[in-house]
Amino acid sequence: MFGVTGDLAQKKLLPAIYDLANRGLLPPGFSLVGYARRDWGDQDFAKLTNEAIREHARTRFRDEVWEQVREGIRFCSGDFSDDNAFDQLADTVSRLDAERGTGGNRAFYLSIPPGQFPVVVKQLERSGLSGDSVSPGWRRVVIEKPFGHDLVSARELNDLLASVFPLYSVFRIDHYLGKETVQNLLALRFANTLFEPIWNRGYVDHVQITMSEDIGIGSRAGYYDGIGAARDVIQNHLLQLLALTVMEEPVSFHPAALRAEKQKALSAVQLPEDMATGTARGQYAAGWQGGIPVRGFLAEDGIAPDSVTETYAAVKLGVDTRRWAGVPFYLRTGKRLATRMTEIAVIFQRAPHLPFNATDARELGENALVIRVQPDEGVTLRFGSKVPGSAMEVRDVNMDFAYGESFTESSPEAYERLLLDVLIGDPPLFPGHEEVELSWQILDPIEQFWASGGHPEAYPAGSAGPASADALMARDGRAWRRL
Amino acid sequence: MRTELTDTTASAVRTALMRCCQQMGGLTTGVVLNLVVMTDEAGQYDAMKAASQAGREHPCQVIGVIARKAGGQRRLDAEIAVGENAPGQQVLLRTYGELNEHVDSVVTPLLVPDTPVVIWWPGYAPQAPAADPLGLLGQRRITDVVTTEAPRERLLQLAAGYRPGDTDLAWARTTTWRSLLAATLDRPPGVIFEATVAAEPDNPSADLMVAWLAGRLGVPVKSEISGGPGITEVNFDTDGGRIGISRLDGRNATLSRPGEPDRYVALHRRDIAELLAEELRRLDPDEVYGEALATLQATAGGT
Repeated sequence: MFGVTGDLAQKKLLPAIYDLANRGLLPPGFSLVGYARRDWGDQDFAKLTNEAIREHARTRFRDEVWEQVREGIRFCSGDFSDDNAFDQLADTVSRLDAERGTGGNRAFYLSIPPGQFPVVVKQLERSGLSGDSVSPGWRRVVIEKPFGHDLVSARELNDLLASVFPLYSVFRIDHYLGKETVQNLLALRFANTLFEPIWNRGYVDHVQITMSEDIGIGSRAGYYDGIGAARDVIQNHLLQLLALTVMEEPVSFHPAALRAEKQKALSAVQLPEDMATGTARGQYAAGWQGGIPVRGFLAEDGIAPDSVTETYAAVKLGVDTRRWAGVPFYLRTGKRLATRMTEIAVIFQRAPHLPFNATDARELGENALVIRVQPDEGVTLRFGSKVPGSAMEVRDVNMDFAYGESFTESSPEAYERLLLDVLIGDPPLFPGHEEVELSWQILDPIEQFWASGGHPEAYPAGSAGPASADALMARDGRAWRRL
Repeated sequence: MRTELTDTTASAVRTALMRCCQQMGGLTTGVVLNLVVMTDEAGQYDAMKAASQAGREHPCQVIGVIARKAGGQRRLDAEIAVGENAPGQQVLLRTYGELNEHVDSVVTPLLVPDTPVVIWWPGYAPQAPAADPLGLLGQRRITDVVTTEAPRERLLQLAAGYRPGDTDLAWARTTTWRSLLAATLDRPPGVIFEATVAAEPDNPSADLMVAWLAGRLGVPVKSEISGGPGITEVNFDTDGGRIGISRLDGRNATLSRPGEPDRYVALHRRDIAELLAEELRRLDPDEVYGEALATLQATAGGT
């Protein structure tokens, strides 16, 4: 694992490894080699891992499990350009084959900024770590978003990885796809008869896919400035959620079958005809979020005072298939919004005729199926019901399924599932490079339009986003769901 | 189940609330309403109690907000009660310092999604509830001018700032009266020349009643002062004689029509919880209230 001292490793990856071990899902002999610039020994890395586990692991800390994990922990110290250090790493890894019986199977987790991918990948090749001539077993490489910042750079990244690893060995982690609710979307659609018949333009009015965060950019200024909300979230998470929502039923859950459907879905995505009215972007200004006064984006540390990076992005997309023609898909994401929430809301058409008095059903909204990805994972079905009383008054009510209530065992963290899939070599939850490229093809024209001029509209921190995003919806006679 | 949080944030309150609900076995499911109560330390007990009682008819998430000292350190305290004495869940927030001006930033993240929002000011209310940052969140805004010092002036202020979705409990207090009056006029009353409303002094419900009758009947409506409680009498002078309803004890009313024996009707004064439950039954704008307010404003402007 490269980048073991980073935030992600501390908060998610190391705890996930422990949780897997605790659930008995790690293969015996599993070993973890950390690589970083620190001047450390194995013990120091073990200590760091122990701390990360105690603080962030989902399952209870047990000494015997920790002992099992600790035995396989190694550390190599060095720079990414340091040939000697990589040779030493290769040496450590092959010694583990003998000591722990890892059988030459290796997964390389690159939890590092993408700028450093080339040098690390080259080093892996040079030191023989990536090659299968030295020892038998599989080689896999795991990378995190961003997968490039546009189509061209995504292709470059892919070429780079493809030069060293075969395509099927590259695992792109989109942790949203490891979430239970996202996988449940597949179960909801394809394991039930109830929803699929109405899952089309005949019944669906529109779909809203939202990922709103209440936090700001924090200490990620260096990464975030110049990237922005659309590249950071829409390109990967939201377009993946869109693909899972609109795709046809895969013939099986074989990775190739699933990817084929997602690719078809993404290739059918249509951009708005007029970018000016079909997209909206914003930048958070100072305001109050959750009872705390917070700074605006331009006042954050490390952000240029004239930055045009957007922290809020909304787009209206179409999907040109027989199933979805004419149904708008509204995607939005932003930082420092009123609340933290990710959901897919399928809004159905109103009943064509209401045989009630005009005022009786005035409070009746549209039926909706909402898949809550986080927090409080679950599914809500909203429909109209009569209010008890002598009058025929119809009002919306919710039927609710919450994971925390129906399944009392806590759901595995997304990273647990994904790390396990990497070890098993099961890639259906990992986006393929074709999907990544298709997503960039969708986003690039939007980014180019935004880059052609103008400034993102300011919105107060803690609000629901810029006014232009509301106007985007209002033009279609619709409104965003409340955050 | 009760939890208290001191010097906290909205997201911590939300997490604690979610944990409480899960431990209690999923009580969020039945919530049909977010009821935000803007109250003060003296009024909070009664207000939260009334809200919980109304919650028996409309299971709701009650968010009580008390703005404490405006000066001093910014702080947020929260008390959470789930499944304690009423269905649904109750959150009582206390804000300090500068935060008093930004209560909406705390309330917004706590609202149950896909569920309507009603804001209730049991005591002091902004002059134009719909223009208030919190009022903007609600599809219904409930005020109560009876609790203020100059109810009639407040009513006129509310009329000036009226937006569909506003309503006042002084209006809700007239509901049973109005349905009885409407039922009385179901039988042809003949031609009505004039109507009279008698009530205790400074009664905003009587003002609204006068305005409503004037707007609906299109005849002069006189108001008279009586010893109360509340509205005591409404009379219609018709070409056939006087049709009247009088209620002197606050419980039972007498309906009299020319040439017919007097009849007795139960017409008790209702408590806040009952009024609130009635208001929450319909979440679409109360247009008749809007019309009555407009009439009131027009007549007040004319005199």
